[in-house]
Amino acid sequence: MPVNMIVCCKQVPDPEAPPSVFKVVNNKMTLPPDVKPVIGQYEEFALEAALKIKDTGGGKITALSLGNKFVRDVIKKALAVGGDELILLEDEAFEGGDSWSTANALAMAIKKIGEYDIIFCGRQSSDWDAGQVGLGIADILGIPAVTLARKVEVVDGKAKVERVIPDGYQVVEVTLPALIIVTSGLGALRYATLKGIMTAAKKQPVIWKPADIGLEPSQIGAAGRHSKLDKLFQPVKEAKCEIIEGETPAEAGANLAVKLREAKLL
Amino acid sequence: MAEYKGILVCGELADGKLASITTELLGCGRKLADDLKEDLSCLLASDAVGGASKEAIAFGADKVYAVEHPALKEYQADSYMQAAEKLVKEISPRTILMGQTSMGRDLAPRLAFRLGTSLTTDCLDLSIDPATKLLTQTRPVYGGNAQAMFTSEFMPQMATVRTKAMSPLERDDSRKGEVIPTKIDIDTSKVRTKILETVKEEAVGIKLEDAPVIVCGGRGIGSPEPFQTTLKELADLLHGAVGASRPPADNGWVSEALHIGLTGKIVAPDIYIAIAVSGASQHTAGCTGSKHIIAINKDPEANIFREAELGVVGKYEEVVPALTNKLKELLAG
Repeated sequence: MPVNMIVCCKQVPDPEAPPSVFKVVNNKMTLPPDVKPVIGQYEEFALEAALKIKDTGGGKITALSLGNKFVRDVIKKALAVGGDELILLEDEAFEGGDSWSTANALAMAIKKIGEYDIIFCGRQSSDWDAGQVGLGIADILGIPAVTLARKVEVVDGKAKVERVIPDGYQVVEVTLPALIIVTSGLGALRYATLKGIMTAAKKQPVIWKPADIGLEPSQIGAAGRHSKLDKLFQPVKEAKCEIIEGETPAEAGANLAVKLREAKLL
Repeated sequence: MAEYKGILVCGELADGKLASITTELLGCGRKLADDLKEDLSCLLASDAVGGASKEAIAFGADKVYAVEHPALKEYQADSYMQAAEKLVKEISPRTILMGQTSMGRDLAPRLAFRLGTSLTTDCLDLSIDPATKLLTQTRPVYGGNAQAMFTSEFMPQMATVRTKAMSPLERDDSRKGEVIPTKIDIDTSKVRTKILETVKEEAVGIKLEDAPVIVCGGRGIGSPEPFQTTLKELADLLHGAVGASRPPADNGWVSEALHIGLTGKIVAPDIYIAIAVSGASQHTAGCTGSKHIIAINKDPEANIFREAELGVVGKYEEVVPALTNKLKELLAG
């Protein structure tokens, strides 16, 4: 059966950038301009989950993102890999939000989209790591949600989900429409084909402003927060590593053994 | 408007006993409750709560709401939400604490949105602002590259707490408290998910969370085999367990159950030996509680050396067998 899917994606600073480039200045994370933004790692898995379903039964994928100043080449990756439509909630007023204002705006946009069987989200954004937005959207829309999915299939109008638990996994069946939150273990997002990149280049994203989804400025972004960020800081870490030397790596390894014994660590 | 008062810990059971995260939450909740001069309550929901109620009191709770229902045998969001939402509306706590666990990650955001309040997940530190009585919540952000302090004017104040971030109180079976058996009707027709099967994937041997020594391999290991040979030999010698950072788990070299990090397991062994692990913040978030971190990496600039107290720069294929052999000799003598 063709499945109508929405995938929520976030543009974030590359989380794989070396820790040394992450600098807090004036309560804000500031990264050098050469650190490129990317689609969050878990949203990439969410896209792949949707694409796998489209591969088997067909369907439509709408990628949805909220933010401001999207880098078109970055966010259009959702189209290049096989998404059909891209909707951007793009406005200065969306900046500085928290899980509450973000989930609320995304839920309103999803109501406007109207028809869907599955909404996919990543388990947590790769910048704030809160892991709340997907569950918030599901609660606002009043639909069931399954978290930590590593495999998703649609069988007889229901979704069958492998959900990761601490010592293994569960197979969970959920009625549709549903929101499914994806973790790793599903396989990396496929590469865009040349054809995909060319199709994406020609497509224009749909841009919605706050008024288009029926929201007042007081409900979105920084103004719509339920939590207040009092301080962003980086605890000072003193490097204190003692490097054990040796003529060869093997000798250094043996010297480490001696050191561990001497220090009575083992 | 109802008055919001007291701290509520949403507890968890493990094999019929109080889970260790719940003892940690009670330790932290006790301090917050004392600062506020208010009560500490604990919700325990299961098909049979049994002796865990008394344990919760021994670990610091003043009141235990024991909710028993067949639908609470296994965690399912739609049934647990009914229990949590009804109890919270009845007792209107000022603060609700849960563990940043499989259950807490799933339940806490749902409850926060349902109650129209805010939530801070994965907290490392919680305190009460004496002037406002609001909960100051500190958590890592940007994959552990920074920390953020939040407060909220919304009630109740909700937080989930990272495992092993807080210390439990000493168990005291003479502590007095009240166990309140609480009947909550759960409408099972509203449960929209069905667990078809539960599959255990735990690796054989010592559990990662309990191992006193962990030998952890990273992306630089390069393939599945060394986890079974080079790393396992060292772990076996030290009666420890083998773990991995995210790339080996994502690449399928090891089971996801071995993944240590922000989105995997949080461990705090005596000795943590990180081999060919670059030390991305997402990984170190899962092992910073270790007493001693030892790093082996061919890249002297690798971030893991900023976390470690002892290190060797070199290819692990040469360093680790020599380390294992020498240790074998020293431990025998």
